[in-house]
Amino acid sequence: MMQGTENMGSMTSVAIEAETVETDSRETGESRVLQLQDQDEVRDYVTIGAPFVDNAKMAARNVNVHYGEKHAIMDVSLDIGKNEVIAMIGPSGCGKSTFLRTLNRMNDIIAGCRVDGEITLDGEDVYGRQQDTVMLRARVGMVFQKPNPFPKSIYENVAYGPRIHGLAHNKAELDEIVESSLRRASLFDEVKDNLDKPGTGLSGGQQQRLCIARAIAVSPEVILMDEPCSALDPIATARIEELIDELKEKYTIAIVTHSMQQAARVSQRTAYFHLGKLIEVGGTKDIFTRPRHQLTENYITGRFG
Amino acid sequence: MSNYDNTTLIAASLKKRYARERRFQWYGRFAVFIGFVFLIVLLADIVSKGMPAFTQHFIKVDVTLDADRLGLPENPTQQDYFGADFGGVVKASLREMFPEVSGRGDKKQLYRLISVGAEYDLRDHLMANPELVGTTQSIWLRAHSEAGSYLKGQVSRALPEADRKVKDIQMDWLDQLRRDGRTQSRFNTVFFTAGDSREPELAGIRAALQGSFFTLMVTFLLAFPVGVMAAVYLEEFAPRNRLTDLIEININNLAAVPSIVFGLLGLAVFINFFELPRSAPLVGGMVLSLMTLPTIIITSRASIQAVSPSIREAALGVGASQLQTVLHHVLPVAMPGILTGSIIGMAQALGESAPLLMIGMVAFIMDAPSGVTDPSTVLPVQIFLWADSPERGFTEKTSAAIIVLMGFLILMNALAVFLRRRFEMK
Repeated sequence: MMQGTENMGSMTSVAIEAETVETDSRETGESRVLQLQDQDEVRDYVTIGAPFVDNAKMAARNVNVHYGEKHAIMDVSLDIGKNEVIAMIGPSGCGKSTFLRTLNRMNDIIAGCRVDGEITLDGEDVYGRQQDTVMLRARVGMVFQKPNPFPKSIYENVAYGPRIHGLAHNKAELDEIVESSLRRASLFDEVKDNLDKPGTGLSGGQQQRLCIARAIAVSPEVILMDEPCSALDPIATARIEELIDELKEKYTIAIVTHSMQQAARVSQRTAYFHLGKLIEVGGTKDIFTRPRHQLTENYITGRFG
Repeated sequence: MSNYDNTTLIAASLKKRYARERRFQWYGRFAVFIGFVFLIVLLADIVSKGMPAFTQHFIKVDVTLDADRLGLPENPTQQDYFGADFGGVVKASLREMFPEVSGRGDKKQLYRLISVGAEYDLRDHLMANPELVGTTQSIWLRAHSEAGSYLKGQVSRALPEADRKVKDIQMDWLDQLRRDGRTQSRFNTVFFTAGDSREPELAGIRAALQGSFFTLMVTFLLAFPVGVMAAVYLEEFAPRNRLTDLIEININNLAAVPSIVFGLLGLAVFINFFELPRSAPLVGGMVLSLMTLPTIIITSRASIQAVSPSIREAALGVGASQLQTVLHHVLPVAMPGILTGSIIGMAQALGESAPLLMIGMVAFIMDAPSGVTDPSTVLPVQIFLWADSPERGFTEKTSAAIIVLMGFLILMNALAVFLRRRFEMK
């Protein structure tokens, strides 16, 4: 919340600055959009670019999220294509994390959170009556900002998901799932002799890969990553990014990131959020080389954010 | 220019600031010192008063175990032993040891050297060794508590005779016995094996200890599961609304209700309405669990709240249900806190006497209770009863019982610390 207000302040100055810059070669109505201090002005805004794809794994239509009085996400429509990595970027408090968490209903546990609109997974309504959150989260896994292994052994961390879902019929099968998940998270070689050591004793980067292993042990179809590298050093970050690149062969990945370089490196599509609004979506290359919206350009060129 | 000014201004204020800090630290040290002194004085007082109660004096008496005098037939049955006149034999033996004593008053004083319980000790001794009938044995008999307190050096001859229970003539006899090597100080086993008694030298804390044990067991079995369940539900599942707010406020208020009120409630509801047995650990435990519940709920909620939300998210993120999240991840992490809170609550219950007075656990209990419905008393109430007794022998018993009670409290707190360390290491 604090961050949000701070950004509002800097935003105002940016908006004033931006107004003085002549930018006549872009979309219409942008001088109005440039003064995006007020959420009411953003409400009618329509996303630029290509939010929809042909082979959508998940699809969001006119999604609105309220935290009590606060309107956190406004009328966002976005497709997440099969086996693609989509990056969500934007300044703090823009709603990108909130949007990510609506995809597997992690917002359900937050008191006063209300989600309207439609989100589908393979055409199935995520918020429908028949939808079971346990089933949903088994299909749409999540990796969090801060590495959060269970205070249990490395083995137990990975085995927990398959065990509660009954995915393994015996110990040998479970061992196999644990090993292959750790391998796919490229952590196995580092921990294979210490599987009974506590997961919390690993380094930050290893912990995050353990969390990725834990997520893929359940064989989800989609993996949501909420700033997975923000607590890691550059070397650990590089390893996670490599990993994301390998994982997209099998999984659909949505990643929220604060690092534009990271978005550029790992993703095929990029969505730019601003004050709860999805401003622009497009191929990552296009977004970073030819942003169509002034705000996107300001953000990726580092004028605010 | 202005920089120079600032430096001088800051330098001027520095001295004052540091002085204030030093003064504040000294206040703190003084407060700690005062608290520590009080604690030391209290402990020293109780220990110095209570230690003598752990020893007991015995007097060696030459007892002639004549069958006729005892009134024992040949091949006596158990019934015969119980009917035998051991008291008379003990008295006769004392008269033989001090043949110069005459007059009813003096004889009575003489008999009062030995505990009234001595004859039962003698009976048990003889029943175990029936071949001793017909012989004369030197037997160590338990001294009367007043005689014992003289032998322990607690009574001074300087005190006017009328102000003390041990008379001059008894002191002379005891001095003589001591010179003859006929007195001995032993560890007081009766204190740990007997129930309450009118005679201080025969009184013990066994019944009270057992009563406390049963009462606490009932308290724990009721308060712990109910308290933890309530905390888990309120913290993890209950919706936040006016009703749960109201419940929360009431639980907090309940923790501040004077304990005697719970005693009155127990009397009115458990005993008068449900007609449960009076003076029983069952009712005592129920009353104490009412008192302990708010403590357990509040501490459990606090430690559940303290579990990092990231663990909850992690569990929900791999598709654990809410119950699985709580049982597999939240509770194990919160357990040390929950256990610490519960043990401290139980320690509070162990030291509680007021509500138990209301439900009749203030009875004179000679036999240790064998179940939760037997009449019994508890340690703090036993202390209260003994503190009320005028005999010198009970004064030291009071302090000794306090030492035992404090020992248990320290043990329980140590257990809490131990459990917390153990869980935290995992």
